Amino acid sequence: MEIPHSALRTPHFSPHFPRLHSAGILAYSRAMAVTDFDVHYVADLARLELSPEEERKFGAQLGQVLGYIEKLSQLDVSQVQPTAHAVPLLNVTRADETQPSLPNEEALRNAPAKANGLFLVPKIVE
Amino acid sequence: MPNRLTLSELTARLAKRQVSARETLQACLDRVRQVDGQIHAFLSHDAADALAQADAADRALAVGANHATQPLLGVPISLKDVLAVRGQPLGCASKILAGFVSPYSATVVEKLQAAGAVLFGRLNMDEFAMGSSTENSAYGATRNPWDPTRIPGGSSGGSAAAVAADECIATLGSDTGGSIRQPAALCGVVGLKPTYGRVSRYGLVAFASSLDQIGPFAKDVRDAALLLRVISGRDPRDSTSVPDPVPDYVAALNGNIRGIKLGLPKEYFIGGLDSEVSEAVRAAVRRLEELGAEIVEISLPHTEYAVAVYYIVATAEASANLARFDGIRYGLRVDGPTPFDLYCRTRGAGFGAEVKRRIILGTYVLSSGYYDAYYLRAQKVRTLIRQDFLRAFEKVDLIVTPTAPTAAFKAGEKAEDPMQMYLSDIFTISCNLAGTCGVSLPCGFTRSPRLPIGLQLLGKPLGEETLLRVAHAFEQATPWHKERAPIG
Repeated sequence: MEIPHSALRTPHFSPHFPRLHSAGILAYSRAMAVTDFDVHYVADLARLELSPEEERKFGAQLGQVLGYIEKLSQLDVSQVQPTAHAVPLLNVTRADETQPSLPNEEALRNAPAKANGLFLVPKIVE
Repeated sequence: MPNRLTLSELTARLAKRQVSARETLQACLDRVRQVDGQIHAFLSHDAADALAQADAADRALAVGANHATQPLLGVPISLKDVLAVRGQPLGCASKILAGFVSPYSATVVEKLQAAGAVLFGRLNMDEFAMGSSTENSAYGATRNPWDPTRIPGGSSGGSAAAVAADECIATLGSDTGGSIRQPAALCGVVGLKPTYGRVSRYGLVAFASSLDQIGPFAKDVRDAALLLRVISGRDPRDSTSVPDPVPDYVAALNGNIRGIKLGLPKEYFIGGLDSEVSEAVRAAVRRLEELGAEIVEISLPHTEYAVAVYYIVATAEASANLARFDGIRYGLRVDGPTPFDLYCRTRGAGFGAEVKRRIILGTYVLSSGYYDAYYLRAQKVRTLIRQDFLRAFEKVDLIVTPTAPTAAFKAGEKAEDPMQMYLSDIFTISCNLAGTCGVSLPCGFTRSPRLPIGLQLLGKPLGEETLLRVAHAFEQATPWHKERAPIG
């Protein structure tokens, strides 16, 4: 399969390491930050409670990371297959034989709340 | 002092009964007491349990057990706090696993124990292996034994520092984007990331399942080769472990590298690389040429995209892997009126800032409407990066690069700027994306202060024999591995 080479642009960013003198792969630009990133919405999806200060700080920091990540859109990947795993193992199976597993008491040993051999959780269904 | 010996030197003395396993372990414990207050490599250790293991090793040696069948018999080895040991704390340097005691042992731990190792201590790390400086530990940072005002690298900073400071003979760490090789470089020790699938991940707390690998830190290449031989192998409990037989990596160290082709990727030697690092690596390349290697300029054209790909793929996988920390079955629980509140409060209280950032980023790139533009695209660029390596390995046997763009930086220098911290992994990250193997070993020092500089060799998938042979030949022809950190 012919893999097309991308048109690679050398970005012109200002350096941030004290001892760096030029740009290239080791620098990024603050100017490229993404600013409309909804941290609160995504944090909810991830079941993470953030303080207002964290929301503000993470929003800004992740905006910069997303700005940096934009460089991937420079590449033509229309003819490229995705790689989910670098090692080409397929259909690794084992015989359908019962094996011993973690005993109940072991599984419950670290439980924050337990009763009758079960994990205790807040009521889910009213 | 037996804690200052290499693994090979120590086992020779143990076999001749010139030193006992107990004396060796005691020397390590004394060293921990002497220096760990300054460097904080250890989160905890159980001296009584370790001494009992050492005594058991001594009894075994007394009745004829030997290092041919148990190559690590009596050798004190410590583990990054990300590896499960039955009955020991397993915390990943996180508050969300405070108090968690592992009900099972990792496959690598079982292999080390079968080989007779004396396992002691939990080594500090960036929380859930997310970081490049070990400043993200929930229990305080680790410091570099060469200069305690500086970081040891990360995420396996404790593992690297403990070996550099002779607190134990060798350690295990994990590497997802450079977390073995980068701290090894910054601490002046050998750090090896095996090919993906070479070592079982069963019992390694997962960060990014398609990138993680367990690997050794050691005082020299021979020790690393021996440890790799012990921990490698297919594991039915890890369906991503490869079925290929494990060669004798120590026997592969025959010192002959004539005709080996080493590729220098032009993208790694451009502006931005610290001049002393560049100088040391170029001198190392000249030395390799003197030893008979042939240098070939190669190109890895998608190098500049590796960090971006990694921070999509790794964070996406991490967001899935860390979903299990929900306060229900283990770990911290912060109660709430509904399960949703319980999850949000538990995870909000239990995870540190870097972990939260990465979970948010990973969730975002997988979310509806963004999956194609980010995650799917990143997986395709990952293919391009892997193709770069496979194409290069048609022309060369190994690739040579600096491990890190600078020597160890000061504590706090990059802590507030995640993007700058991420870029310190630029040279190590592609190896994990491509699934191949890599090692960092010492190749010099900066002038003032005297800080270690690491040379990175990258090998073909399952090419650890050639990788270690070349690393060993370079090491034996240079003085760098003999120098010890001045801490103490």
